[in-house]
Amino acid sequence: MSLLKIRNLSVTFTTSSGPFRAVDKVDVDVRPGEILAIVGESGSGKSVSMLATMGLLPWTATVTADEMSFDGRDLRAMSGKARRRLIGNDLAMIFQEPMSSLNPCFTVGFQIREALRKHTSLDAKARHARCIELFEMVGIPAPERRLKAFPHQLSGGMNQRVMIAMAIACRPRLLIADEPTTALDVTIQAQILDLLTGLQAETGMGLILITHDMGVVAETAERVAVQYAGQKVEDQPVDALFDTPHHPYTAALLAALPERATERHLPTIPGVVPGQHDRPAGCLFSPRCKFADDTCRTIEPPVQPPELGLALCHYPLHAPQEAKA
Amino acid sequence: MSAIIEARGLGRDYEVGGGMFSKPGVVRAVAETSFSVSAGKTLAVVGESGCGKSTLARLVTMIEEPTSGTFLLDGETVTPDRWADLRTHVQIVFQDPYGSLNLRQRVGQILEEPLKINRRGMSAAERRAKAREMMRLVGLREEHYDRYPHMFSGGQRQRIAVARALMLEPKLLVLDEPVSALDLSIQSQILNLLNDLQTRLNLAYLFISHDLSVVRHVADEILVMYLGRPVEFGPKDEIFDAPRHPYTKALISATPSADPRNRRERIKLVGELPSPLAVPPGCPFSPRCWKAQDKCRRDRPIMEGTPHPAACFYPEA
Repeated sequence: MSLLKIRNLSVTFTTSSGPFRAVDKVDVDVRPGEILAIVGESGSGKSVSMLATMGLLPWTATVTADEMSFDGRDLRAMSGKARRRLIGNDLAMIFQEPMSSLNPCFTVGFQIREALRKHTSLDAKARHARCIELFEMVGIPAPERRLKAFPHQLSGGMNQRVMIAMAIACRPRLLIADEPTTALDVTIQAQILDLLTGLQAETGMGLILITHDMGVVAETAERVAVQYAGQKVEDQPVDALFDTPHHPYTAALLAALPERATERHLPTIPGVVPGQHDRPAGCLFSPRCKFADDTCRTIEPPVQPPELGLALCHYPLHAPQEAKA
Repeated sequence: MSAIIEARGLGRDYEVGGGMFSKPGVVRAVAETSFSVSAGKTLAVVGESGCGKSTLARLVTMIEEPTSGTFLLDGETVTPDRWADLRTHVQIVFQDPYGSLNLRQRVGQILEEPLKINRRGMSAAERRAKAREMMRLVGLREEHYDRYPHMFSGGQRQRIAVARALMLEPKLLVLDEPVSALDLSIQSQILNLLNDLQTRLNLAYLFISHDLSVVRHVADEILVMYLGRPVEFGPKDEIFDAPRHPYTKALISATPSADPRNRRERIKLVGELPSPLAVPPGCPFSPRCWKAQDKCRRDRPIMEGTPHPAACFYPEA
């Protein structure tokens, strides 16, 4: 049974130059205790699909989905009040820029206590004790003193720990981490990733990790969804994805990694991600794909079966027939 | 082989804070940094934020004057009164191609600007011809000449920034995180471009980056810095295969590798980078180092050993 189940999610923004579809027919499934990574380049809609789940998109966005349920409860049918009770409690999110996600006018302690005040029945004393416990969990030294600090008095790594403490304050069952380490140094990134996977193992919560870094994916995720220009193009367990990518985009992306290079000249993907006005007909990746033919350029690709990584492609790579031929 | 740039004990201090009654503090952004780069070679400077990489770039490009040490450019000692002449030999490409190009200038104007200032005798037609030639060299099309930067994608903009840096035919190109703002599929295009240009024009690169997987691909030699000081220097393969300084080892181990079967036990560094205003006595890395002894907390190690020096009392074998 899925913890989060989304079917056919589309998000369209109304812009001054016409509608722009940022997320296009995306399915998401997360089981309890699973680490799912969503990878993609900028503009692939990976953040927007999760913001839509959280209900954090501005009014210019139109969200449509056939199904959008958390733990069997329909998120679309819920009243705003009921949804807000769920969000921040069972469903929490952390963002890329810890410095700009925290309120600079309040101490970090106040901001964590606020989450506890809204969602739990703890009294002031118990809230304070829980804050200290949370700070110890996320590895902030001298918690008593740090609770009184303002965000600008802490480093980026410390602020990200505060964000994580805030997100897990109410023991969420699903944590969405949107590029949690992109703004941090590598040694701090290693600490934060270890912290997130450690907390995930300890509490058994589901974890969705949004990232563009294939290294982070390889080291933390169990299952990977690859997004391109708003569509999910592939969905596989992590080992299989890195060994036998089925979508040409995934394959090209992996080949372009400098650490996988066999010679000085790196394989590249020609062209750029299509924007609002140059979305091609048929497969969105076809103008950049070296395997594309006329079918790809005119007909929208089907979703392949799970054995082929649910690849959104007419001619998935590493298909069994290919091996026989 | 002669070195294009040779730096000896380069350092830069900044005074910060200080008011009517308090004394200003001194931040040693860079100290005692020596290195050299030859034509056609790439020296990569790696380290975390606050380690002085970008200050080093500012010193080398003659944006700021070093407070200690000197450097030679093509055999000539660089002093502020000679900056104007020597600056044409060193050019820089910045990290963010969205911030480093003037939005109100067309690509052609951006590329011709350095010539207008530094090659006074050149006619407008010559400038135009040179700009077009440079655009071809970096993989931009003729018709892009009259466009504005906002009409380009990030990768294309970085091509414009590289083209602008090459207009004066520099000998040394300082690349300050040139691909970290770019998407993966674009990153490889720019790395290939830089590689081609280096081979074709015999350029020396000072490649500043925090991404070790990129550095491993482009560098010939690597200088690892921590809190403004170099802690290890050596050829690329030696640094990656047999790092001597514990910090280098930790940095390599912390870099995620894109191989899910190779989930290694990472070296966990405790704590964070100390404030540059309060650099610990002794070895600056000692508070985070798992091998630190009393000696490390008392005395500061110097860079020792050739050809692969490291600033550590107890280097890895």
